[in-house]
Amino acid sequence: MKAFLMYRDQDFDLKRQLPSNEQALTQDLELNTLFDAMALGDHFLFKVARTSVLSSLIDEDTILYRQHVLKDCLRNPSTIREVYQIPVELIAKKRESWLGFFRNHPSSDLYEARKLLEICVGLLGRLKNIADKHADNFLSEGFTAFFAMIKKELDDEYLFRMQNYLKALEFRDGVFMSAELGKGNEGYNYILRKPEGKRRNWVERILTQRTPSYTFRLAPRDQAGAQSLQELRNRGINLVANALAQSADHIDNFFTMLRSELAFYIGCLNLSEQLAQIGDPISFPVPAPLGDRRHSFQGLYDVCLALTKRQKVVGNTVQANNKDLVIATGANQGGKSTFLRSIGLSQLMMQCGMFVPAESFRANLCDGLFTHYKREEDTTMKSGKLDEELSRMSDIVDNIRSDSLALFNESFTATNDREGSEIARQITCALLEKRIKVFFVTHLYEFAHVFHDKEMQNAFFLRAQRKSDGRRTFKLVEGEPLQTSYGEDVYNEIFRTRN
Amino acid sequence: MTFRSILFKKTEGGAGRDAIEAPPYFVDLNIGQIVDTVTAHKQEYNLEPFFHILLNDIDAIKYRQEIAQDLENEILLENIRTFAQEMRAVRRYTALMDKLYYKYHQEGWFLETVKTYCGAVACLARDLNAASLKSRGLLSFREYVTNYVNSDYFKSLVAETKTVRADLSSVTYSIIIKSGSVTVRKYESEIDYSVDVEKTFEKFKQGAVKDYTLKIPVRSGMDHVEAQILDFVAKLHPDVFLNLDNYCSKNREYLDETIVVFDREIQFYIAYLEHISKFKQSGLEFCYPQISRTDKEIYDYEGFDLALAHKLITEGSPVVSNDFYLKGNERIIVVSGPNQGGKTTFARTFGQLHHFALLGLPVPGKKARLFLFNRIFTHFEREEDIENQRGKLQDDLIRIYDILMQATPSSIIIINEILTSTTLKDAVFLGKEILDRIIQLDSLCVCVTFIDELASLSEKTVSMVSTVVPENPALRTFKIVRSPADGLSYAISIAEKYRVTYEYLKERIRS
Repeated sequence: MKAFLMYRDQDFDLKRQLPSNEQALTQDLELNTLFDAMALGDHFLFKVARTSVLSSLIDEDTILYRQHVLKDCLRNPSTIREVYQIPVELIAKKRESWLGFFRNHPSSDLYEARKLLEICVGLLGRLKNIADKHADNFLSEGFTAFFAMIKKELDDEYLFRMQNYLKALEFRDGVFMSAELGKGNEGYNYILRKPEGKRRNWVERILTQRTPSYTFRLAPRDQAGAQSLQELRNRGINLVANALAQSADHIDNFFTMLRSELAFYIGCLNLSEQLAQIGDPISFPVPAPLGDRRHSFQGLYDVCLALTKRQKVVGNTVQANNKDLVIATGANQGGKSTFLRSIGLSQLMMQCGMFVPAESFRANLCDGLFTHYKREEDTTMKSGKLDEELSRMSDIVDNIRSDSLALFNESFTATNDREGSEIARQITCALLEKRIKVFFVTHLYEFAHVFHDKEMQNAFFLRAQRKSDGRRTFKLVEGEPLQTSYGEDVYNEIFRTRN
Repeated sequence: MTFRSILFKKTEGGAGRDAIEAPPYFVDLNIGQIVDTVTAHKQEYNLEPFFHILLNDIDAIKYRQEIAQDLENEILLENIRTFAQEMRAVRRYTALMDKLYYKYHQEGWFLETVKTYCGAVACLARDLNAASLKSRGLLSFREYVTNYVNSDYFKSLVAETKTVRADLSSVTYSIIIKSGSVTVRKYESEIDYSVDVEKTFEKFKQGAVKDYTLKIPVRSGMDHVEAQILDFVAKLHPDVFLNLDNYCSKNREYLDETIVVFDREIQFYIAYLEHISKFKQSGLEFCYPQISRTDKEIYDYEGFDLALAHKLITEGSPVVSNDFYLKGNERIIVVSGPNQGGKTTFARTFGQLHHFALLGLPVPGKKARLFLFNRIFTHFEREEDIENQRGKLQDDLIRIYDILMQATPSSIIIINEILTSTTLKDAVFLGKEILDRIIQLDSLCVCVTFIDELASLSEKTVSMVSTVVPENPALRTFKIVRSPADGLSYAISIAEKYRVTYEYLKERIRS
């Protein structure tokens, strides 16, 4: 039995390895703000949000599969939250009665497993009731299959049979097993045997048969002997205790998986409710294949900025299809960084199957997202600033590949404009030749200018908008790089307000 | 030729050879480190002493080189490893048996031990006969072990072992445990209960789950309850156990001494070959050096420091190899150039090559000719201690003096950065004096120094320098090349250092 709500035919692996640059991504895109909004203080929801957002999918099929499931959730929020309560309750009960800690000790594991399975059988019953009542309201392939499976696998007769089984495995009448002589004439291959016929009196029946048998009784105070006997008994029930403990684990895992997979959608519900409150739009993105080059959107805003400010924020509208390189230049504090962050965030949100913060959004998938942002001076003084920047670049190079998306924010400015431009140019050229999509926010004029002069078909230039009076709209518009970033404006603004 | 030893062609060394201590240069040349790594997983064989005994006879060296060459055949090597593993089991079981109390338990383990031994030897004989051997040593051992395996004694040992073991394996019994009692009887095909449980809960199977079966530890004894059960099983099958008794008392002395010694000695080669296989996988080469007792025109191409290379490969860093040769009257390599450029490594490599060559083992390099020396002397900088500067210089000179007193024309002298504790002028003077004496001696010598003047002292000296990347003097190539000592340095490009220029990126990024 599998939930299969994240993938059509695959489990959601919460322990999967996150991309090696997850720390940089989290810092540069302020992902924790997004995760916090999805988690609302719940650690587990946070962890699931983090894992799913950072583990980008690269097939459109699974993305659309999740989008459909998510649409079902947005339509039936209370049912979903009710189903989510079931695995949550199992965890609470396990914690209350200290269950679920198997210690590789047959007798106690057998006892534990029986207890745990009893609780599980009850919860499975509850899940089945929800399925019976609400299944019809769900339209997505994922939920339809999920509820159908619950109804089919957990019929009443089966639940009853499980309960009976749990009683029989108490072994009130002793343990019966077979063994062989192994190396050194030591007994091995102990196998528990099921006595034939009725459960009662099987011992007597076996012993009255004609086969010769020898019996050995322990002396009354033979502690070591009793210990040894217990050990032998353990060897006998070893496999059956293991089988039962594993079954308990399997059911437990089913619930755990259900919890992780639903947690993603609960996180999405939480986020959508907050954005609805702020009044910012959401929409389901249209993914284009890896090899395509698409980025066209309306009203794309920085979701983290909206969540932080708790108010509507400025969105951008751009048509940059068939472009491998987007360079954004222009006014300081003109919304370039916000724009770049919204590009990164929407890419990650799309590739985990979520909605995106925009009125509409279409972009190609990317195989890996990499950010290279200017950082504060390295406080350890181990390396100079340019050293630090280039060493981070080198880390990126170790992992980046064709069809990755690279976001640069004011990179390579730790040296003068000319040298910085040359480094940026070499790096960008190489990335483009390797079919890597690049967004570069920069005030390195020479660098931006070189690419503009090349008149490349696949390059696109954006500029932070600045009204003729120096006011900023925080919007980006198509436009060639200018030789000044209007730092003077900012300087003036600060000095004017101070005076 | 009757077979004596896989390590020694004649009986040189003999009984006392295990006691030999490590030569004094082991520390300076990091050979001790290498030997420790080589023998780390072979502690039980006590191989270290074999790495201390240098052969002083060219034929004895060839005897080993031939064997090592035969062992480069992966299949043969794997066969001998299998043999060694089985012999290890034999030793483990034998040690175990000494600790056991109950008769049938002990006899059971004895049977297991002999079975393992017979299997190991028979298999080895078969494998050796299938292998195409060229070395005198292994050919002679093959003859020995083949005769042994075909002897009547061995054949009947194998046959008896098999029969007794088969009878015991066929015994299956049932036990019924209630609190305070155990009953033993024959087994009568009742069904497996755990399979039944698994079937009922099958539909919940989710990926792999943990294994909760109790890991039953390897037994080093049997308690009275188990012994009692075994006695009952013996009562149920009296004939089988009587045969076991007879078998054990008859075959007490089953081990062959020559084979036991072979098992240890062959590990000398295996340990080393296993160690160097890691290097070979990284594309580094090894060769069997020509050895000469008289000719000092030596060379080694693409050699490297075994200790450093081990560290680098473990870290995943590349290893730089170096060449050297001496022609005509050249005797002394003077190494100078930037610090941290691989000078000391070069000096160590020179010493290591010679040491391992005289052990009869393959050495780092594509092609090598090396000298059959009588002794290696090393003079490496000592840790600075509390003593004052004059004390250190004095100490340096005393050590050098001792070396010069003992060295002969057949010795190798390796000097690493001495005279750093005096003024340059003094250092030049003293350095020349010392080198002049070595030139007189006609010993082979590597001298690492910061004093450029020493590099061109006579026709016997050869100047080699460590080099840097021309565009970036911060980057060392670790290449030591024949070149006049000039001490130049160059400007740097940080982007190159991090390998993020256009050219590097094109190469590095996966497509």
